[in-house]
Amino acid sequence: MNLDIVIATLSATIKAGTPLLLATLGEIMAERAGILNLGLEGMMLVGALSGFIVCFLTSNPWVGLLVALASGAIIALIHAALTVTLRANQVVSGLAVTLFGTGLSGFLGKMVIGVPIPNYFTPIAIPGLVNIPFLGPILFRQDPLVYLSYLLVPLLAFWIYRTRPGLHLRAVGENPAAADALGVNVYGVRYLYTLIGGALAGMAGAYLSLAYTPVWIENMTAGRGWIAIALVIFATWDPFKALLGSYLFGLVDAVQFRLQAVGVAVPSFFLNMTPYLATIIVLIFATTETARRRIGAPAALGLPYEREEKS
Amino acid sequence: MENNAVKMEGIVKRFPGVLANDHVDFEVRTGEVHALLGENGAGKTTLMSILAGIYRADAGNIYINNRRVHIKSPRDAIKEGVGMIHQNFLLINSHSVAENITLGYDRPRFLLKRKKLEQEIQEIGQKFGLEVDPQAKIWQLSVGEQQRVEILKMLYRGAKILILDEPTAVLTPQEVQELFSTLRRMAQAGHAVVFISHKLEEVMRISDRITVLRKGRKVATLATRDTNPGELARLMVGREVFFDIKKSPPKPGEEVLAIRDLHALSDKGLPALKGVSLSVYSGEILGIAGVAGNGQKELAEVISGLRPAKGGKVLICGKDLTSVSPRRVIEEKVAYIPEDRKGVGTVGNLSVLDNLILKDYRRAPFSSGTFLNLRYIRDHASSLVEKFQIITPTLETSAKLLSGGNLQRLILAREISCSPKLMIAVHPTRGLDVSATESVHRMLLEQRENGAAILLISEDLDELTAISDRLAVIYEGEIMGIVEPKEVTLEEIGLMMAGKKRKMLESSEVTS
Ligand SMILES: Nc1ncnc2c1ncn2[C@@H]1O[C@H](COP(=O)(O)OP(=O)(O)OP(=O)(O)O)[C@@H](O)[C@H]1O
Ligand SMILES: [Mg+2]
Repeated sequence: MNLDIVIATLSATIKAGTPLLLATLGEIMAERAGILNLGLEGMMLVGALSGFIVCFLTSNPWVGLLVALASGAIIALIHAALTVTLRANQVVSGLAVTLFGTGLSGFLGKMVIGVPIPNYFTPIAIPGLVNIPFLGPILFRQDPLVYLSYLLVPLLAFWIYRTRPGLHLRAVGENPAAADALGVNVYGVRYLYTLIGGALAGMAGAYLSLAYTPVWIENMTAGRGWIAIALVIFATWDPFKALLGSYLFGLVDAVQFRLQAVGVAVPSFFLNMTPYLATIIVLIFATTETARRRIGAPAALGLPYEREEKS
Repeated sequence: MENNAVKMEGIVKRFPGVLANDHVDFEVRTGEVHALLGENGAGKTTLMSILAGIYRADAGNIYINNRRVHIKSPRDAIKEGVGMIHQNFLLINSHSVAENITLGYDRPRFLLKRKKLEQEIQEIGQKFGLEVDPQAKIWQLSVGEQQRVEILKMLYRGAKILILDEPTAVLTPQEVQELFSTLRRMAQAGHAVVFISHKLEEVMRISDRITVLRKGRKVATLATRDTNPGELARLMVGREVFFDIKKSPPKPGEEVLAIRDLHALSDKGLPALKGVSLSVYSGEILGIAGVAGNGQKELAEVISGLRPAKGGKVLICGKDLTSVSPRRVIEEKVAYIPEDRKGVGTVGNLSVLDNLILKDYRRAPFSSGTFLNLRYIRDHASSLVEKFQIITPTLETSAKLLSGGNLQRLILAREISCSPKLMIAVHPTRGLDVSATESVHRMLLEQRENGAAILLISEDLDELTAISDRLAVIYEGEIMGIVEPKEVTLEEIGLMMAGKKRKMLESSEVTS
């Protein structure tokens, strides 16, 4: 295989991995606070559509991105209100949010199906860095959202492990009663990070509709939200491992695409199936591995919290 | 004027169906250790939770250093210098000691300065005799060390008023000694300490003054040197309490439980039982003494089918029941009173009624085929509630709302109602008040009279020597020796608990 093909495949890997990475990071933040957000797919779709429409109207993808962040957060607010304040079952609420987001985006998106947008995120080579042999063209000839995701990973990791707000975030996800007794605002923290998770999901959606394939297609997330939820487990709630996992899936995607392009005689159904097959394999691997090393989910993940309740 | 660190006035707190605090007045002076006594459910934890901002009082005033304060949240309480160490520790197991201590604190605001924090923790630790490695993760610590972290947490944020809710229930005698010297140092340094306990002898040893609550009301506040355990017990219970237990001579029958060379692993996957062999005969109580974490929990779990054995045998009435399901063990009429009442012993969200039939619902007359026989179940449950004096608003009340003592009565009622052949009781009186402890002991002895074989695992040496017929001492998963409680001194038992071997005493030698 020649080097150009390898570089092109790896560059496509990063493109395909970025929406997964953004969504996984968002889910990590919410789950670190103890909120399981199965509404990811719905939030991504709403983000993708709203970003797309706004970009269509303003022909500015940055404004589209901001709106996508906000609309992801607004949908997440529903999830937070239901699960944190009303203490509804997080699985049920998350599924409802996904159904809602899928339906809403499908309905409102009818009018922009197949419409081209005047302006979207395109790759910008970073001068200097792009000249690094091999890695340069892979990592540094990407669109601005990819660069943002590069920054987000260390930023969030630093936030989680090295700062006081990060400590409070982890504490709320592990033992909200302990955090509450020391004056941490458990409800506030849970709201905040559910919203941040929703915003990142909205950004992941915007990446799809404003950079990856700049059109609106109904259900264009195609299950990436669910893969991201599985990736959180693979990543054991760690941003750097989320990066690794997302690019691993990006690679599967890119290779699958290339095989199809060169007409390898594998049924396309099988190729489309590979990310999900990989998800299952990753889950089997990740869960047994975590069980063995006893580093598991945040202990209070999925559990509502109330102060005067006896547990 | 007296220097009251805390003054609570006319505190009222109502929960659905219970008046937990009924116009309670409570005062603590600076520099004193003040004990708070009362039966299970008397409202001690509730009163102190109000001071610590966890519950909001329905009525009443709180003064700190003679200044009226409004404590609406734990954060307010901490600001006023009140720190509470809860009955169940509020620690984050996967975090380090330092992280737990700095949690919720506002200095430094953003970046965590680990080095500086760890150094500060060590300094406070040295000052009060609370040494602990700041980098260790909570799950790696012993219970005593975890408690030190809880205390450090409060001292670190400058708490002047420290509340300890049953701090000694889970400690070994040595750890209790260390805790008491820490409390003394704190009092001398001008802190006010509130100490909740059911152990009267400890209260007499550590406290300067004592306040007694009964059924939500304050009964008395006394100076410790002017009172005695008998009077305290009478004030708590409202009647005379008898401390000595009448016990008939043992008449051991056939071998009910036989354990042969048993091996098992702990939760962390390390060997917890290393070749334990024991026999328990019908009509006797075999006590197991030992410092917590020497394999007691694993032993009880292997016998009851909750943990697989890695080697050896468990025979019950001659049947091999090694590593079978708990259900199979239950079918052999084995009663199990677990250490963890809330996690293993009961299902908190289910009603008292449901919890009472957890072991029986499968069989007639509780059910016929698929359907539960609700009328029979109700009758059965209400007769148990009456017979075992379980105090609950209704049969439908969630079990998690019962006080510790009542929860234990519920478990005993369920376990005893199947007329067990073998009973495994793990810390059956931990956290129970004097009269509840007395009634648990009475029930265990009653089962012994009825010919049950009883394996009693406890850390309370007074309890073990008072009611067991033979006493086995376990150390690091091995039996150090089996003795007759009357024949040995506490020192000798203490030495065995620290790993010194002694000879085995067979049941026949007790009777001869
Ligand atoms: N959150 C709650 N909801 C409902 N009832 C409660 C709650 N907390 C306590 N109670 C009830 O209030 C009463 C007082 O309980 P509290 O825990 O203060 O007793 P206690 O003196 O600490 O007893 P123990 O010695 O068993 O710890 C009990 O009847 C208890 O069942
Ligand atoms: Mg209590």
